[in-house]
Amino acid sequence: MSSRFPRRAGFAALALLALVACEREQRELRTPPSGAATVPTIRVGGIVPGPAGALPDSIPTGPAAEDRTSPYEENAYAISEGKRLYSWMNCIGCHGEGGGAIGPALMDQTWIYGGSPANIYATIVEGRPNGMPSFGGRLTDDDVWKLVAYVRSMSAQPSKAARPGRNDDMQTKKSEQRELRKATNESSSPDGTRPQ
Amino acid sequence: MIRRLGAVAFAVLAAACGGAPQSPLNPAGAEAREVLTLGAIYTALAVLTYVLVNTVLVLGLRRRRRTVLPEVPEVAPAEEDERRLGRKVRNAAIVTALILAVYVGATWAVEAHVTSSPSTRPITIQVTGRQWWWEMRYQDSVPSQTFITANELHVPVGRPVVMLLQSEDVIHSFWVPALNGKKDLVPGKTNRVVFTPREAGTFRGQCAEFCGFQHAHMAFDVVVESQDAYDAWVAAQRTPAPPPDDSLAARGQQVFLSKACPTCHAIQGARAFGSRGPDLTHVASRQSLAAGTLPNTRGHLAGWIVDPGRQKPGTRMPPNPMSGEELEALLAYLEGLK
Repeated sequence: MSSRFPRRAGFAALALLALVACEREQRELRTPPSGAATVPTIRVGGIVPGPAGALPDSIPTGPAAEDRTSPYEENAYAISEGKRLYSWMNCIGCHGEGGGAIGPALMDQTWIYGGSPANIYATIVEGRPNGMPSFGGRLTDDDVWKLVAYVRSMSAQPSKAARPGRNDDMQTKKSEQRELRKATNESSSPDGTRPQ
Repeated sequence: MIRRLGAVAFAVLAAACGGAPQSPLNPAGAEAREVLTLGAIYTALAVLTYVLVNTVLVLGLRRRRRTVLPEVPEVAPAEEDERRLGRKVRNAAIVTALILAVYVGATWAVEAHVTSSPSTRPITIQVTGRQWWWEMRYQDSVPSQTFITANELHVPVGRPVVMLLQSEDVIHSFWVPALNGKKDLVPGKTNRVVFTPREAGTFRGQCAEFCGFQHAHMAFDVVVESQDAYDAWVAAQRTPAPPPDDSLAARGQQVFLSKACPTCHAIQGARAFGSRGPDLTHVASRQSLAAGTLPNTRGHLAGWIVDPGRQKPGTRMPPNPMSGEELEALLAYLEGLK
């Protein structure tokens, strides 16, 4: 009995440690108003109003977008919220389900205005020439970051565990099952030739 | 003792439900009354069965046994005993079948009636469940007479109402206990529930299928009123929002349109066309805010606009920080949307 006791205590301590070690993903259900400040200034171009002759040394860049870091890069809940906003804000209207249509595709590795979270943030807030509207002032800071996280998840940048599941809607990408079935059908075609 | 406590608890619960605006024991519609009758039949029969079975059991236990055992054990039971037992089993089976037949018959009769199409021309309302509020669209054969409201139904006494139930996101369930049973709102499917209100009053409805963080805060009011009051309400709902009547309200409209509000909310007559959140054309005429979460007062409205997540964590409405002057003006404008 006396020899068993320390072993039991050891197991109990280990179990307790295992429980404590489980870190649950933080779901931010409430953004405090102070953290939700909408972006006040939107840079629309290099031309800035000001007194004549007083040219600034450098072009002001509005909020220092490049200094911002994404708070939601690996947060599954925030990415799924971003997915909701992606359809609510009608991003689908131009970018489709990531494959692009009127607007450029978002699921490839090509980024016209940069693919870092800070670049995507700036693109959403400021808008871009040839059709991308500015969502600054229409979305809170927090919601923009959720969208950024989702847009990056389309090109598989966050880990798979954090990315949202496939949609029920029509997809740009084929589902894994269809890809698999196609591959097996091809390899077992009756005449034994592979399609060119 | 435990049984007595149980009875007391049941009585307290029943008393708490009686007279409440959200109770099937306090029906205000033709269908809910039938459902209550069905419940009464079930309860009465179940109590009767329970009493009968226990009586027979007690009688059986008390009956004196044959004390003297026969010297030679009986290998085959006596013919007469066998027949008597057979009769008893048969009688018990017949009574059981009769009870079950009453259950089935009563259920069929009530079910057929509470789900049947109304014979007179009904009011048709399309309800869309969203996380976590209700959109009510009053349909009309003339498209311009259709109007949208949120979290509040008005219906006249005595006229059947057909609700067409749809969902935008997950499964919800439409339940006004005082008017009819519950019915699920399933994405991609249109379900139907019919009720005919018989008493005037305000009754509470509630989402009855767990649908996420704020499932408990997804309620609505059903105002049953006279035909005249209903007609007046409908006429008011069909009109677009009036232009702001003073400079403060005009400033408020400007705040509404320049902030993020019109991204999700619509106000007919004010160039706000968002459809992700409730239509606010007549928001001041409603009894509650945020799907039955808060009473519709100036203070609650202000708190809700600035920090909705405090009252409803997880809500889709983002916080809207603004200056005191802007908020004052916005409140003045929204309060004018009767």
